[in-house]
Parts: sequence; structure tokens; C-alpha cells
Amino acid sequence: MVKDLHVTLSGVELQNPVIPASGTFGFGQEFRPYYDINMLGSISFKGTTREARFGNPTPRIAECPAGMLNSVGLQNPGVDHVIAEELPRLREVFHQPIMANISGFSVEDYVTAVEKLTQEEQVALLEINISCPNVRHGGMAFGTSPEAAAEITGAVKRVATKPVYMKLSPNVTDIVSIAKACEDAGADGLSLINTLLGMRIDLKRRKPVLANIMGGYSGPGIFPVALRMVYQVTGAVKIPVIGMGGISSARDVLEMMMAGAKAVEVGAANLVDPCACKTIIETLPQEMEKLGIERLTDITRVE
Amino acid sequence: MQFTIEENRALTPWVWSMTLKGENSGITRPGQFVQLQLPGFYLRRPISVCQWDATHLRLVYKVVGQGTEAMTGMQAGTTLDVLTGLGNGFDVEACGESPLLVGGGVGLPPLVGLAAALQQAGKKPQVAVGFGTAEEIFLKDDLERMGVPVHIATMNGSAGVQGLVTSAMEGIAFDSVCACGPEPMLKAVYNFADVPGQFSFEERMGCGFGACMGCSCKTKYGTKRICKDGPVLCREEILW
Repeated sequence: MVKDLHVTLSGVELQNPVIPASGTFGFGQEFRPYYDINMLGSISFKGTTREARFGNPTPRIAECPAGMLNSVGLQNPGVDHVIAEELPRLREVFHQPIMANISGFSVEDYVTAVEKLTQEEQVALLEINISCPNVRHGGMAFGTSPEAAAEITGAVKRVATKPVYMKLSPNVTDIVSIAKACEDAGADGLSLINTLLGMRIDLKRRKPVLANIMGGYSGPGIFPVALRMVYQVTGAVKIPVIGMGGISSARDVLEMMMAGAKAVEVGAANLVDPCACKTIIETLPQEMEKLGIERLTDITRVE
Repeated sequence: MQFTIEENRALTPWVWSMTLKGENSGITRPGQFVQLQLPGFYLRRPISVCQWDATHLRLVYKVVGQGTEAMTGMQAGTTLDVLTGLGNGFDVEACGESPLLVGGGVGLPPLVGLAAALQQAGKKPQVAVGFGTAEEIFLKDDLERMGVPVHIATMNGSAGVQGLVTSAMEGIAFDSVCACGPEPMLKAVYNFADVPGQFSFEERMGCGFGACMGCSCKTKYGTKRICKDGPVLCREEILW
């Protein structure tokens, strides 16, 4: 059965809606031994900042029911190294539109990184992370107030030549107000959700498992929360939304699209099964067949 | 990759040996590890490879948490999803002719496979290993059957010399070391023996194949991932 998996985000056509989420896929190289990554709709590469960052002390990972905590803290080699080394290597094997995931600690940080990455030919979408829960300054602080979110959105839009998707935090009282603030400030789209702030304690040591004490919870456990937030936001804004949070199967993809998402990102699932995205893409047609869906773009948001 | 458990038995009350059958061409060097998917747990469990051939994998693991506890209840015939061939492993060629392999507790298992690889390369490995007590000793017979001399230290002196593993290293002639165990032990070995060395580190991991940056560490040559660029680091690059 041939099904039409194409989706379009702000004029950028993707061969399918499945995008590995930033921070779970590096710059693609680690997955090459497992499958041909060119089958992906896009790749949201590892969150990149103006300067290189080591990130937080270890342990950075903790097990949870139906998921995991991470407190990596935006480890990345910096935007110049990404452009000089990582993107050329990715280009050798990946010929689809790339989503550049960008983070920062000040407005200038975001603007500088965007100015550089927006010039990269294969970068088709800019995903601006204002929701990292693992850094003390910046990160999520920009994504927890509508004013700050709008300020970053406006500053980035002034220098961006590619569609700007603001990545939102679920760790807020009212995600809809943040989403609307980004839309009003000119965002082309939204990505949601980032991880939920969580914590574990080692019973024997009577200490937090994570060196950074708290970390972001991801995995299937957060799927219903993510789905609810995508549904709420898509009911309130007109710009396209990329849905993410615990997606692990083709059925989850379809459910997220029925909540209003135009495309999806797959995160933690990549870490426990390196072939997770491949399996999802390959099983989408049969799940669509069961539901009588011919084209993914035929899916409409449930009421 | 699907593997089937052939045997799963206790070596001591805390340390178990699991033999699995499956397509195993991914393992190319001693000191590599596998990631096991365990029913009921989200993240895979990284376990070092003790011994292997093209179709078999022997894992010797310590019960340290809920995941390894669950492993002790797994019966022969059970299938497990395994990511194999992870990590860089030890470089046999970089070892001298008479390397000393130094293990602390559950750091010992990968040194058995390393000893076998060194013997195949015509080298003469010896093993120094530290345990808490005589009751905790495991894999000594396996090594001695291979003809590898084993020097033991126990904390309470109930077997071998009393003290840390460095006490067992006293008086042995060796030209290089390969060590695996908890970080304080690795550091003690590093300080004790100023010879070419390879040190296998442990860290909590997310993916185990280099994607998540969960197990990063700083080295003299920049940031490395214990799972992908390690777990074995050479003496020259280690920053304590």
C-alpha cells in the first residue's frame, strides 16, 4: 500500500513528518551504522550555542518509569565548529532539509548563532530552544514568560532568513499564552514540548541521582502531557506546530497529528532503540491503512 | 539484535554469569560492552563483555540495582534485545609483552577477555585483582585455567595480601597496565604504576552509542564520551 507521507512546514516540504529531536540524535553520525538516515523527514541537530559548552557534571542520566531524566546541559562544540565540521559530515549522507536547533544565554547569543546558521544552504528551518531546563541562566528562563519569549522571537526573526520555530517549555502555568506571544512576535511555527523538570533520589546514598539535582523527564510517560499541550496550543494559534514528547510508535505520530501537529519529533525513543525513527517511518503506512488515511495532510485536528 | 540466554547462574551471592547466544560479529575488541533491553525498564543496561566468540557472549555482572536484580531472575531460553560491539575496548597491540591487568571487583570480567586476546597475540598477561573478602572472589579459576597468574588482595586479608589492589601489585614485574574498576581504584593504579596504561571507566549512560552526551568526561584531548570514545582511555589523555 502506497501512502502519502509528505508534510509541509512553512513552505518546507518534508518526505515524511518524522524528525529526530534535538539532543537525542547528535549530528546524525552515531545512527549511520544502524540505518540510512536519509529516510528521515528532517533532523533537528544537537542544540548549538554561540560558544562551545561542556555541559553539566555527571551523572547526567537517571532512569524513570516510562522514561528518563537528563541533565546534559547543552553540551555542544559551538556554532563555528558545527558549521565547519558537523554540517559537512552530515551533508555527505543526509540530503533532506535540516532543522538547526539553537540555544543561548542572552539575546545576543541567539542572534549570533542564528545569523551564522541561517546562511547554511541545507538549513531549512530554525528551531529556537527557549526551554532547556538544565542551564541556570538563559535557556528555559526565556521560555517561561510571554514577554521574554516574544523578545527572543522578535530578535531572531530580524536576522533569520529561514522559518523560525520557537521550542516551548511545558514547565509553565499557561503554555498557550507563551505560544501566542511567540506568534504575535512573528514566529513562523512552534515546537513543543521540551522535557518536564523532574528529579530522582538514590535511596542508598540518600542523594539526588543527578549531579545537577534536577533534570528533564522525557519518554513515553510524558506523551499524554505533550499531546494535551499540542492540542491546547493548536486550538489557539494559526502557525504550524511540531509535536513532540514521548513519541515511540507510528500510532503515537498519528495521535499527535490528530491533536493538531503538522509534523513530529522523536526524542528519547532514539536512545533506547537506535532504529526507532526507521521503524516508525516504515510502519506509518500500515497504521494509516488500518485507519483509512491516504495522505497525512488529510489528518485534521480533533474537536 | 536478538540473543537467547543459554545459562544464568550465581558465581557469588552478588555476582552472576550470563551466557547468551546470538549473532555477535559486532564485538571486535576486549573491553567493549553491550546494552541490554530488560522488560519493564526504559533505559538499556550497559554490561561489559567478559568473553565472546562469533555466536556467544558471556556477561559477568554484579547486582547493583533493580535492573541487574531483575537479570538474576531470567531463565535460559529467554530472548533479550542486545546492542553489541559498543565502546572502543582495549588496544592489545598497545600493551607491552608482559602487561598487568588490574581489576577492582566487577571491573574484573572484561580483563578475562583481554587476557585471552593478549595470549593470542603472544603476550604474557598477569592479573592483579582486589576484592572485599575471600567470599567475593570470582573468575579466578577461569583465569588460572588459561594459565594466567592471578594476584589477589582482599580488604580484610582473608585471601591473598591484605589491602587495596595496589598491594597485590607490589613486587610483580610488568611493562604496562590495563585497569578496570571504580574511579578511585583507577586513580590509585595510575599513581602506583608509571608505565604505559589503558584505563576503562564507568559512567551512567543513556544510549551507550554516543548520541545523548550523558556520559561525557573531560580529557587532555578534549571532551570524550565514555560510551563511544571510551570506555578505555589511555594514560596520556586522562584528567583526574
